[in-house]
Amino acid sequence: MTRADRIAALKAAAKERILILDGSWGVMIQRRGLDEDDFRGKRFAHHNVQLKGNNDILCLTRPDIISDLHDQYFGAGADISETNTFSATTIAQDDYQLDAQAVWDINLEGAKLARAAADRWTAKEPQKPRFAAGSIGPLNKMLSMSSDVNDPGARSVTFDEVYEAYRQQIRALNEGGVDLYLIETITDTLNCKAAIKAILDLADEGLEKLPIWISGTITDRSGRTLSGQTAEAFWNSVKHARPFAVGFNCALGADLMRPHIAEMARIADCLVAAYPNAGLPNAMGQYDEQPHETAHELHEWAKDGIVNILGGCCGTTPDHIRHVADEVRGVKPRAIPERPRALRLAGLEPFELS
Amino acid sequence: MTPTFINIGERTNVTGSAKFRKLIVEGNYPEALSVARQQVEAGAQVIDINMDEGLLDSVQAMRTYLNLLAAEPDIARVPVMIDSSKWEVIEAGLKCVQGKAIVNSISMKEGEETFRHHARECLKYGAAVVVMAFDELGQADTAARKVEICTRAYRILVDEVGFPPEDIIFDPNIFAVATGIEEHDNYAVDFIEATKTIKQTLPFARISGGVSNVSFSFRGNEPVRRAIHSVFLYHAIKAGMDMGIVNAGDLPVYDDIDPELRQAVEDVILNRPQRHNVSNTEYLVELAPKYKGEKGQAQVANLAWREGSVEERLKHALVHGITEFIETDTEEARQAAERPLHVIEGPLMAGMNVVGDLFGSGKMFLPQVVKSARVMKQSVAYLMPFMEAEKAAGGEGTHQAAGKVLMATVKGDVHDIGKNIVGVVLQCNNYEVIDLGVMVPADRILEEAKKHKVDMIGLSGLITPSLDEMVFVAREMQRQGFDIPLLIGGATTSKTHTAVKIEPGYSNNQVVYVLDASRAVGVVSNLLSETERDSFVAETKADYERVRASYGRGNSQPRATLGEARQNHYRIDFLAEAPVKPSFLGLKTFSPYDLDDLAAHIDWTPFFATWELAGRFPAILEDDIVGEAARGLYKDAQAMLKRILDEKWFEARGVVGFWPANANGDDDIEVYADESRAKTIATFHTLRQQMKKARADQANLALSDFIAPKGTPDWIGGFAVTAGHGEMEIARDFKARGDDYNAILATALADRLAEAFAEALHKRVRRELWGYAADEDLDLDGLIGEKYKGIRPAPGYPAQPDHTEKWTLFDLLDARARTGMELTESLAMTPPASVSGLYFAHPKAHYFGVGKIEKDQVEDYARRKGWTVEEAERWLSPILNYVP
Repeated sequence: MTRADRIAALKAAAKERILILDGSWGVMIQRRGLDEDDFRGKRFAHHNVQLKGNNDILCLTRPDIISDLHDQYFGAGADISETNTFSATTIAQDDYQLDAQAVWDINLEGAKLARAAADRWTAKEPQKPRFAAGSIGPLNKMLSMSSDVNDPGARSVTFDEVYEAYRQQIRALNEGGVDLYLIETITDTLNCKAAIKAILDLADEGLEKLPIWISGTITDRSGRTLSGQTAEAFWNSVKHARPFAVGFNCALGADLMRPHIAEMARIADCLVAAYPNAGLPNAMGQYDEQPHETAHELHEWAKDGIVNILGGCCGTTPDHIRHVADEVRGVKPRAIPERPRALRLAGLEPFELS
Repeated sequence: MTPTFINIGERTNVTGSAKFRKLIVEGNYPEALSVARQQVEAGAQVIDINMDEGLLDSVQAMRTYLNLLAAEPDIARVPVMIDSSKWEVIEAGLKCVQGKAIVNSISMKEGEETFRHHARECLKYGAAVVVMAFDELGQADTAARKVEICTRAYRILVDEVGFPPEDIIFDPNIFAVATGIEEHDNYAVDFIEATKTIKQTLPFARISGGVSNVSFSFRGNEPVRRAIHSVFLYHAIKAGMDMGIVNAGDLPVYDDIDPELRQAVEDVILNRPQRHNVSNTEYLVELAPKYKGEKGQAQVANLAWREGSVEERLKHALVHGITEFIETDTEEARQAAERPLHVIEGPLMAGMNVVGDLFGSGKMFLPQVVKSARVMKQSVAYLMPFMEAEKAAGGEGTHQAAGKVLMATVKGDVHDIGKNIVGVVLQCNNYEVIDLGVMVPADRILEEAKKHKVDMIGLSGLITPSLDEMVFVAREMQRQGFDIPLLIGGATTSKTHTAVKIEPGYSNNQVVYVLDASRAVGVVSNLLSETERDSFVAETKADYERVRASYGRGNSQPRATLGEARQNHYRIDFLAEAPVKPSFLGLKTFSPYDLDDLAAHIDWTPFFATWELAGRFPAILEDDIVGEAARGLYKDAQAMLKRILDEKWFEARGVVGFWPANANGDDDIEVYADESRAKTIATFHTLRQQMKKARADQANLALSDFIAPKGTPDWIGGFAVTAGHGEMEIARDFKARGDDYNAILATALADRLAEAFAEALHKRVRRELWGYAADEDLDLDGLIGEKYKGIRPAPGYPAQPDHTEKWTLFDLLDARARTGMELTESLAMTPPASVSGLYFAHPKAHYFGVGKIEKDQVEDYARRKGWTVEEAERWLSPILNYVP
């Protein structure tokens, strides 16, 4: 199958059923109990700072683990698995003092690992093709938030720097063979807009166009993103990407995320995707929500017709994904609503002139 | 809220505000931020930010200001307009806003290539654009040039760049008039004309402009400049202007401008033929100094009731709804009272109690009560500053209301007459009402309810999709843990729907259906009463339980399957009574339509019903019980109608279309492009009655029965009319002045004019436009009695309860571009005073109600509409004969 065929298959599958995304990577990698040497491998044996905790680098130093995780999630019933490149930008990897070449390689290899795993499963189960999503995560530096409590106008990064960092990541993911981009855990819509600009510019420059999935994060009960937007304002601010899917992930468990997904389901004229955490963390920072509990909640959403794609974020495991996939099998995906055309703008809140 | 005209704040513009320029040049950003905050607090919905100043590094200033602004949630909640003539400043701005902004502006000044590039960039940054009517040859001055440039730009944006048309805003250039140069005299007219054409020919595009340019010649005379702006906007908004950079807080209401000045300004703006021995410009220049100061107040002679004590005068004013002397009387009472609050709690409350008693005992009626409320409001408004001063000085301050009620017309719905009446009645009874207006989303209702700590929430809606939204609000209240009563009212709401669909979703507190305005006070006072509440809630609960139980038993009448019902369709012999071909095919636009003609067609009976006065017109004027109230209301309505006509408050626009059509066997009507009937351009879906008919000669009707099947040429017509362009502004102006009575009156009259428009147009359709009844000659009573041939059923009404058919109808009629009408997501038409429907010409066509339908038809209908069954059940929920 060419990539164009796979994208067509992805779109066709989304019409027929609720698609399943994979679950958490952090918790699964943590369970392996890796040490500094695992992270360093041969290539970074003499790197000058500690690399332990830099999960993304495992794409280069322990590809076996990454391939195994893709396999576990595809085996659990996921249609889509994400590349292990959540923090693979020059800006985020600067914490580990990794250079641009290393970052490029993480993305390229990460994409290839996901590609290979997806292709293996598609070959094995041609009736259920599998897909690789290029994970484009948030940055530790934000464009809408001050970096200095004494100076609200201060920023530790510029739009052009964020744009450039994402641009490199996107090119590498594309070259490595992902089927779609997943801009996820968006805490600052302006950072996300820089990523969108990079994707659209690269497409204009001739890079093969891929579907875009945009997943914001509502941080708490305020019902807003960390940078302060409501769900509808967020949608108005990113819909120019003409995304394949939009939704939310992380920060909240399914119960608290539901109203925001329901809101998105009402307003978005594309697929709606959700991958909540396994509840809220306990006092030890661990997630207690059991697979059947997550699955029960998400099944309710599916029945109520508010989602097209479901998966898990922090604290979820292949077992969670298996339960979710089993529960929602056969449930019809949300129908995409038609909204009248109107001038829709946004600050932190939406504005509509209809 | 969906405002019809957006005021864009202009004080954060270094070219428009000397104060702001000074602050930015000095680097006083904290103070410069407070300018933005003031604008947002004053209601600016978008703020324009412009840093184009020679002394500044504009790129840096834009970046600094926007970054600072992002840290202020109370400012950053609204979208920004990034305003610059330099692309690099615009781009710097785009890199600082996380929301969706408007770029002001791009143009073809430097040629198409640059224009395309800028447009593509804006699209990729995610911004709407203002496009200036400016090309390689310069700025457009005549209407023709403006239209030509905007059309060229629109085609490039939409066809080549792929820009969403709804994100395009044209600025067709407002230039100064009354400059003494004759070539400039028509500039305002050029803008207005261009606006009209652009709105009609370039779908979804919006119009904006910098208003203050127009009055540039009168620098230094602010009152005259404001009058010019007000008059200009009055006409430009009517022509379709959507937004403008203008200091709205300062503008006088069009009607409040001294007639002498207003006429002089209007002559200049509209470039009318001169009516004096000097040119219009010279005349206005001569007149202007006279208006530099404040205008004088009219004096009115004393009347007999003025002889009484101040308490008696206040009571008289309240009961009779007279506002002329209210400030004088209030001041006199205030001086006599120990504290300003005592005026409210003393004579004013005493007067309102009389009003309440008279209303309660059926001696006063709604229109009179609403007028009383206007008097009360103005008196309280007068006292407010004194009470605040007292509070500031450490006193107790303001009056304690008996309770706080939040009211809103739900998202997707624009109708608010009933809600406004209920609000006024509650206020008369000493309840504080927080009215959020129309099209209010659930989250805002709940947020405001929390903020104001209200005692209950009242939801209103007129069209059926609003019912779903109410269910949603109730569930959200449950989810968010609200524990206050929820009141439901409005034309489509019912006790059954409330009991079956709304109440089960909200168990924290009671949901109560309120039948009409006169019940509202009883319900609210019961719910707030320590002693009555429990028994009232228990009774209501038990009542709804009964309603649910009997609803659950379903319709026990015998039902027909869809197949049986189709077998029993209505039979017309189309050979014996052959369809008549319309005089033309395609569309005909009436824009504007003569309002005077419409006034003659008004059916007054429903107008009185709006005010809960029951009876047929004109007999109602002589009615023993409500006659006096009806006469007073009719007199006020006639006076306002005269002003509506003389001063052209509203503009009526409409469109009619006829197309070849045939019914197919599936209860649908296929509409064809032309007489070859080869190409189907649309399909109207209809619903069929499923009650079992008792007699053999009774058919199971669907609208498609009135159209001939394929093989026999037939035609169908459609129309969309509005008399509401201007109504929301007028109502808002009245409301802002505390005059709910005239606000409701104006809205109710706009509704009547729209209905009259539909009636008048139908007559022309029958007699000439379609022409199937060329010899018809009926008087108004005959028309109202529907004694004519052919029908004009509307989607959402009994013969076709599916509102979504309006989408098809509006598209076929090109109604948005041709009439400026729009549909909300719930299929409410805006402006609210609008009517649309289909025309069936066959003499056998008649009105009927579809009634309840069964699942087999819902499934079939879903298939025909391309819906899922769930979608069909949602849109058709009010007529389902089963619980999905």
